Amino acid sequence: MKMVTVTVTVNGEPRRASVEARKTLADFLREDCALTGTHLGCEHGVCGACTVLLDGAAVRSCLVFAVQADGADITTIEGIGGPGGELSPVQAAFRDAHGLQCGFCTPGFVVSVTAFLRDNADPTDEEIRDALSGNLCRCTGYQGIINAVRLAARAGVR
Amino acid sequence: MKPAPFEYHAPESVDDVAGLLAEHGDEAKPLAGGQSLVPMLALRLTRFAHLVDLNRVAALRGVSRDNGSLTVRAMTTQAAVERDAEVARAVPLLARATPLIGHFQIRNRGTVGGSLAHADPASEYPAVALALDATFELVSKSGTTRVAASDFFEGTWQTCIDAQQALVAVHFPVWGGRCGFACEEVARRAGDFALAGAVAAIEVDDAGAVRRAAVGLFGLGPTPLRAHAAEAELIGEPPPTPDGYRALGQLAMRDADPVDDVHASASYRRRVGAHLVARTLASAVEEARQAHDPPGAARAR
Ligand SMILES: Cc1cc2nc3c(=O)[nH]c(=O)nc-3n(C[C@H](O)[C@H](O)[C@H](O)COP(=O)(O)OP(=O)(O)OC[C@H]3O[C@@H](n4cnc5c(N)ncnc54)[C@H](O)[C@@H]3O)c2cc1C
Ligand code: FES
Ligand code: FES
Repeated sequence: MKMVTVTVTVNGEPRRASVEARKTLADFLREDCALTGTHLGCEHGVCGACTVLLDGAAVRSCLVFAVQADGADITTIEGIGGPGGELSPVQAAFRDAHGLQCGFCTPGFVVSVTAFLRDNADPTDEEIRDALSGNLCRCTGYQGIINAVRLAARAGVR
Repeated sequence: MKPAPFEYHAPESVDDVAGLLAEHGDEAKPLAGGQSLVPMLALRLTRFAHLVDLNRVAALRGVSRDNGSLTVRAMTTQAAVERDAEVARAVPLLARATPLIGHFQIRNRGTVGGSLAHADPASEYPAVALALDATFELVSKSGTTRVAASDFFEGTWQTCIDAQQALVAVHFPVWGGRCGFACEEVARRAGDFALAGAVAAIEVDDAGAVRRAAVGLFGLGPTPLRAHAAEAELIGEPPPTPDGYRALGQLAMRDADPVDDVHASASYRRRVGAHLVARTLASAVEEARQAHDPPGAARAR
C-alpha cells in the first residue's frame, strides 16, 4: 500500500504521520492523533458529528482526506476549551441550557456553533435554526441546543 | 467505512490537471469539494484508481466580471459565492440559490464546478445555469471547449464532460435592464436536496410588459429543465393576474418529467412544482417592475 506523509497543526500542536491516501481526516484525528472527541456518526456527510475547523472553516472531517489537509491548521473539540480544561462560552452554554443528553452529537454541534457565532455574533432565531440544520441529534429534540446557542450569543455580546 | 484504495494526485496547474487526466483516462476522477464524491467512494458506490485533487490549483478559484458576463472558476466554493458582493450584483439568481444548498459546513467545501459536474437533477446550480444560458469552459490536453448549458446536462448525474476533460469555469450572462429573479424549493428539512424547485428570471420593458423570461426547474425531471412553454406565454405580455400565474405554473409542468421515488410521488412533485413556478414568477415580475435601473447600477450609486 502506497503511503503519503501528512503534516498538520492540530489544536496548536504539530502532527506528522504516514497514512494511506484513502484515510479520512476524521480517522487520522482519531487513530493517528488519538483525539477521539471527533465522533463519526454516518461517515458519509449527513450527520455533522465529525465537524472540525479546517483553517477556521467548519467542515465535515469524514469528507476530507487527511492528505488533503497537509499543511493546514485544524481545531477539534479538544482544542475548543481553555488549556486547563475550562469550558468555552459555547460549551458552558450547552451545559447550562441542557443542550446535550448522551453527548454523541455534541462535539459536532459545539464546533459548528463556535464557527457560526464567530461569523454572526448576534443571530436571529431563524438564523440559529438554519445554522443547526447540518447537525443531527437523536436525543434532545433540539430545543435545548437552540437555547444553548441563544445563551452563548448573549454571553458573547455581553 | 473506507473508500477503495486510490493513488492521490495534487497538481497545482490546469496543465498538470489535463496531463494527469490524459494519462489515466477513465481510471481517474477529479476531486473538488468532495461533498458528493467522497460519500459515493465511502459507500463504495464508485471507485477510481486515481483521484486528481483540484484544491491546490489556485487558477481555478475566484470570480471576475468580463464584458457581459460573470466568470466563476470551477473551484470557487459555494461559501465564497454566498459572500461575494459582485455575484449578488451581477447574477442575483446565483447568489439567491446558494443558501438553499445543503448546510454551511457543506458550502465551505462544496464548489460551483463540483455541483454542476455532479449534475444532480435536484440541485440548485444546474437549474440556474440552464435558465441563464450559462457557458461551460472545459479543458483537456487537446485544448479548450465551450459548451452551452443546453448541451451540458445529458442525464441524471450525467454531463458531456469526458474523462480527459476538467470543467475550469462557468460564464453566466449578466442581465441588464429592469430585471427580477427568484428561486424557491420544497425540501423535507432545511438543507436537504429539493423534492421540487424552480428559478425564474424576468426582464420587463419601460411599459412593464415582459421582455425576457427564463424559468428553470429542478427535482422535476432526470436533468434540470427549462419551462419553454411558460416562458413563451409570458413574453410580450403585461404582468399576469394571480390566476394567470397559476395557469403558467400548470403550463410549466408540461415541460416537467418527474419520477416517483421514496421521497415523493411524481404527481406530488408536479403539484408542488406548479405552485413554485407561479410563486417565483410572481416575485421575479414584481421585482423587475420595481426596478428602475439595472440592479447593478441602482446599487452602485
Ligand atoms: C448533507 C449534504 C447535503 C447536500 N445538499 C445539497 C443541496 O441541497 N443542493 C445541492 O445542490 N447539493 C447538495 N449537496 C451536494 C453538494 O452541493 C456538493 O458539494 C456538490 O454536489 C458537489 O460539489 P463538490 O465540489 O463537493 O464536488 P465533488 O464531490 O468533489 O465532485 C462531484 C463530481 O463532480 C466531478 N467534478 C468536480 N469538479 C469537477 C471539475 N472541475 N471538472 C470535472 N469534473 C468535476 C467529480 O469528479 C465528481 O464526479 C449536499 C451534500 C451533502 C453532503
Ligand atoms: S460522520 Fe461525518 S457527517 Fe456524519
Ligand atoms: S445528545 Fe445524544 S445524539 Fe445529541
